[in-house]
Amino acid sequence: MNKKYFSYMRPERYPHRLCPGCGHGIVQGAVIRALSEMETPLKELVLVAGIGCAGNITNMYIKADTIHVTHGRPLAFATGIKIANPQLNLLVISGDGDLASIGGNHLIHSARRNVDLTVVCANNGLYGTTGGQLAATTPLGAITSTTPQGNQEPPFDLCHLVAGAGGSYVARSSVAHPVHLIKTIKRAFSHKGFSFVDVISICPVQYGRRNHFRTPGEMIQWLRKNTIPKEKARTLSREERQGKIIMGEFCTEGDRTWTGDLST
Amino acid sequence: MGYRRIKSSLDPGHYFMQGDEALAEGAISAGCRFFAGYPITPASEIMNRIVQRFPQVQGKFIQMEDELSSIAAVIGAAWTGMKAMTATSGPGFSLMMENIGYAVATETPCVIADIQRVGPATGQATRVGSGDIMQAKWGSHGDYQIIALSPWSVQEMYDAAVRAFNLSERFRVPVIILGDAAVGHIWETLEVPADLTVFEREKKPGAPPFGTPEEDGVPPMPSLGDGENLIISGSTHDGFGYKKNEDGAVNERLVNRLSQKILRHAEEIWEVEAHDLDDSEVVIIAYGFVARSALRAVHELRQEGKKVGLLRLKTLWPFPEKTIRDLSGRCGTFLVPEMNLGQVVREVQRVARSARVESLNQIDGEPIYPQKIIRAMKGLLS
Repeated sequence: MNKKYFSYMRPERYPHRLCPGCGHGIVQGAVIRALSEMETPLKELVLVAGIGCAGNITNMYIKADTIHVTHGRPLAFATGIKIANPQLNLLVISGDGDLASIGGNHLIHSARRNVDLTVVCANNGLYGTTGGQLAATTPLGAITSTTPQGNQEPPFDLCHLVAGAGGSYVARSSVAHPVHLIKTIKRAFSHKGFSFVDVISICPVQYGRRNHFRTPGEMIQWLRKNTIPKEKARTLSREERQGKIIMGEFCTEGDRTWTGDLST
Repeated sequence: MGYRRIKSSLDPGHYFMQGDEALAEGAISAGCRFFAGYPITPASEIMNRIVQRFPQVQGKFIQMEDELSSIAAVIGAAWTGMKAMTATSGPGFSLMMENIGYAVATETPCVIADIQRVGPATGQATRVGSGDIMQAKWGSHGDYQIIALSPWSVQEMYDAAVRAFNLSERFRVPVIILGDAAVGHIWETLEVPADLTVFEREKKPGAPPFGTPEEDGVPPMPSLGDGENLIISGSTHDGFGYKKNEDGAVNERLVNRLSQKILRHAEEIWEVEAHDLDDSEVVIIAYGFVARSALRAVHELRQEGKKVGLLRLKTLWPFPEKTIRDLSGRCGTFLVPEMNLGQVVREVQRVARSARVESLNQIDGEPIYPQKIIRAMKGLLS
């Protein structure tokens, strides 16, 4: 591993707390690589972590100011921090349950305000920490601990949700595409305005075991087979797109941004 | 840093002002430069005043999507080094509870004004009550101590805001101003002094921001962006903020210190006001707007030669138990009038075990008027 990455880490805190095979470790690696390759000044970086497995991506491992907040509220905390001190660069890393379900209201309102911060949503499609319950992002038919017969509720498409609410950079990547993921995080972080990356992650322990994936590797292979670039998706019919995860940039709108500063 | 004298940001002199507005002015004088809020009756005038005044003092304001996010934004802003507050009433106060606990655990100074209305639930939005006294103390989960103040006038809404920020910064704890619809909406004269005492946050680079060698200490508080690689977490944490999820001893040390830093300094926090207590046989213990009626009742009863007095609680949490315990040795009977079904009276009963403690309750959305207190006092005197 490139040594310069270490200056962005707290090596003494490793090994991390994630389960074997967890996709969130790949998200952590991608975030550290992206920050390091962009030579992000650590003093101006503030990481905001939510509750759940994805809270452990940043909390205690990346060597910058970190605030690990209440469940669902990282974007509300981040909004306060950014408005109070616009010099700080905010990177919010949390999960789909935290950001899109209990914190869904803050997600749409932060996007609407176009607050200048970056969100990396590690989206594993269920609540991992608490035992694999249904989330607002669980695919139709998937078995979770609270949908033993298969999920009957249609999931959110988080990119459509955030773009519809006013987010100015919206993209999707996955842990099966680490190079694309690093590039997307960099693009999001250098965007001025509300940027959101929906990172499709994997949970072999809670999701894989219940849904016929025998190993984490099988889940990664499945992800690789079932993701298609946005450009290709355009050429496919509705039926052909069914069940596919569409990756790429959905919105890269200019520099419209707002830091709520009424004093200037 | 610590306490220092500064010039008032508002020109000194006399103003005719509403209670909610005076609270906003007091906050600005104390150095509040961040406000996040959500509209609610009868507290909205605080936010409206802040919006008018903040551009003049380079303050940062945001109207958030709800009360959960308002208090979250306030806590976030406080960690950038700003003095920050929000204002609400019962329903919003309920929504803020989880994050108030987070502010306690992360030792974040912040001020929450709860302008109480009669409840529970939506209740009567424009009418007065004081049903949130116990919620202010016990509303969030787990064991903790906070500070709560109870102003009775427009002047005290201003003073309480200054004091709330000072105590909040001094002890790194959320401070709640328990106003009510009556004191929030009344118009009175406010006297703004030329200068005032404020507490400025202590910093000590490299020192643990969440631990002290003392069992009741308040650690120095760095800001985000200071280059200290802060870890701020609501999980049980060590002195540098690192999560200690499975170490019971760390939790015991932390939670005890969070309580002891308030309780062992209670005498610095308590403020009470004594009226005619020296020879009193029956003493009214009152707070907030009702204390005004209680004082009037005491004056009228004194004119009739009755030996009665008033102890007014300006601090409700930590509960000023020493004063009441001492007083209970000299006086046989207490009357506690409240605009709820009996909250502070339970604390008085707990503290003044040997005395007779009677409750006078009213929850009709009106203040308790002096005549009602006089009647109750006469019943106790006979």
